Amino acid sequence: MFRRVLQLGLGPGRLTRGLGTRRGSFTLDWEAQVLEVKKKLRSILPGEPLELHDTSHLPPEHSDVVIVGGGILGLSVAFWLKKLEKKRDAIRVLVVEQDHTYSKASTGLSVGGIWQQFSLPENIQLSLFSINFLRNINEHLAVVDAPPVDLKFNPAGYLVLASEKDAASLENKVRVQRQEGAKICLMSAEQLQNKFPWINTEGVALASYGMEDEGWFDPWSLLHGLRRKVQSMGVLFCQGEVTRFITSSSHMETSSREEVILKRIHEVHVKMDNSLEYQPVECAVVINAAGAWSGQIAELAGIGNGPPGTLQGTKLPVEPRKRYVYLWHCPQGPGLEAPLVADTSGVYFRREGLGSNYLGGCSPTEEEEPDPANLEVDHDFFQKKVLPHLAQRVPAFETLKCLMHPQVHSAWAGYYDYNTFDQNGVVGPHPLVVNMYFATGFSGHGLQHAPGIGRAVAEMVLQGGFETINMSPFLFSRFYLGEKLQDYNIL
Amino acid sequence: MAAPGAFLRRVAREWTRHARGIHDMRESVTPDSSQKRTLLQFLSSYFHDIEVLREYLLRMEIHKMHWKNRPVSSIQEKYGPSIAGALFVLKQGGSVKFRDKEWIRPDGRGRFSSEFLGFQGVPVEAVDASGCAINYQGLDHLLPLKELRSLWLRRCPNVDDWCLGRLHPLAGSLQELSLAGCPRISERGLACLHHLQNLRRLDISDLPAVSHPGLTQILVEEMLPHCEVLGADWAQGLTLRREEQPRDTGSPVSA
Repeated sequence: MFRRVLQLGLGPGRLTRGLGTRRGSFTLDWEAQVLEVKKKLRSILPGEPLELHDTSHLPPEHSDVVIVGGGILGLSVAFWLKKLEKKRDAIRVLVVEQDHTYSKASTGLSVGGIWQQFSLPENIQLSLFSINFLRNINEHLAVVDAPPVDLKFNPAGYLVLASEKDAASLENKVRVQRQEGAKICLMSAEQLQNKFPWINTEGVALASYGMEDEGWFDPWSLLHGLRRKVQSMGVLFCQGEVTRFITSSSHMETSSREEVILKRIHEVHVKMDNSLEYQPVECAVVINAAGAWSGQIAELAGIGNGPPGTLQGTKLPVEPRKRYVYLWHCPQGPGLEAPLVADTSGVYFRREGLGSNYLGGCSPTEEEEPDPANLEVDHDFFQKKVLPHLAQRVPAFETLKCLMHPQVHSAWAGYYDYNTFDQNGVVGPHPLVVNMYFATGFSGHGLQHAPGIGRAVAEMVLQGGFETINMSPFLFSRFYLGEKLQDYNIL
Repeated sequence: MAAPGAFLRRVAREWTRHARGIHDMRESVTPDSSQKRTLLQFLSSYFHDIEVLREYLLRMEIHKMHWKNRPVSSIQEKYGPSIAGALFVLKQGGSVKFRDKEWIRPDGRGRFSSEFLGFQGVPVEAVDASGCAINYQGLDHLLPLKELRSLWLRRCPNVDDWCLGRLHPLAGSLQELSLAGCPRISERGLACLHHLQNLRRLDISDLPAVSHPGLTQILVEEMLPHCEVLGADWAQGLTLRREEQPRDTGSPVSA
């Protein structure tokens, strides 16, 4: 009824004719204005769509924080941002993920190991924080009416084998690890043989073995659990690709009278899949958690556009590197107690399930790096680089050398967000692009440190500094200053 | 009943919240309509206040479990770790046996005699924490008991794979371990029992979370050669369809 009254009252016929006869010059304007008012009233009335076009697939126009990348790191940052905010629904967080099937994301393709055997104290603290988080996962990620998260954690431990020349450095590392609170025990070759009779201890001088809190888990269940919790906390998700940042620059002077150009990102253009449609999202903070693609996102923000050797010219040294994982079957292999074993040659393997299946792989050397353009698997790599060392270390795997039956059940490849500078992550704001924060570049251990990193970035965004774990050695500025943060236990 | 205006505002807020989530996975999370929903569940899908109330109740339950497992450090300093551990177990409703003494059990009302407070220097030999709310945190009290010979954790609802990974300090003395009926223990936790080399009796029967009980039994027996493992019969779960395949080949390959 109300609508009909509107139609009668504001029909173009009556009013325009009436007024048009009085003041001819206003006729055109008046018609257009009346049409506009009618449109607006129609849209406000219940029963009509809120917008003229359906925009439910587009992200919102404003968001306080935009997280580029919806993998484990991006979701972890979103979770901690929502957990640490001072009031309920205080900040609006948007997670932009280009592929919501996660087919190429490093998280799902990961082996899922977690261990505390690093040489940097910060990495050990991150692992300890993360394992505490995973142990209490059903308190952190509890959603009313949802089933509990089952991480399928295998607490089998992580065994590092060291030859004569690495024995001294392994002892030092274990001392640092024990100082931080990790429970690692050192074993001689004899003790190793007694404990794990299926190992061939030739060439092994010393071994370090984690007694507790080390092992492997299912990364998909963690991802799914985080996603569910984060959605229940009110974080918005969007499938799209970040194509552009709209920034503004301002010239500032440092205390030593040097001129710097500080940039600020004002808008993020998110392009939808298979179309040219994009939505400009106005934001205050952008978090780069794009994993293997973080380098491209950093370039979009203008990081690295400058003469080389200056801070403006320092690029984000993160690039995708392909790594293979192979799954094989060996009926006489190590039993239920087999830990995640890292051999002296860099080959690693672990048990998978109860049916004598094993997972493993090896990091190739710089010269052998496969082309990261696709995720095709090279089976020759297994035969030439992985199998010889495996068979030497675990004699039961000799049977795999027989080529009569295809013993490698399956294999897949995934990307490392490889930091070419020092293979350790980048966390914290960029010194020149002041509102872009990084949470990337962890070169294969992003998954196991994700809860700790998420908390560190959230504290940096909300409180301006790191509080739980001091991650200042991981800031971007070390690339310009040339300070490498080397950790010698990278798998 | 709230004013109609407030009701409409709340409902509108709920609708816009649902409409905002782009790839909304809520549908996969809400219980299916065939399940009976309680009144609170029904109301919480319409009222934000009820949802907050349910979240609060869930947090309170978790807090209760933590409170039960809180550390008793003051007792520990005064009397020593064995008496502190014994007190913790008795408070939870379990029973304790000191060496050369009788079993101390709480009665139906949870009261127990405090004669054990005088047992200075007497080690605890056996702990029966069956049915108690002991969890990972609570195991702090049991790990200093270096001469513990037998530990029964039957039907404990909060003992899971993480707790089993923590038992290795007891490897020197533990001879008997019973995990029967614990709903959260799976074969992954059983894998870390290989540290307990002195174990002679292990009871892993009736573990609902173990996917292949027969196969797990065989693998655990291989892992602990000197131990008598009580549990499922290895043929459990196998069908006698074909005579030439007596062994289950285990879990399917998962990549």
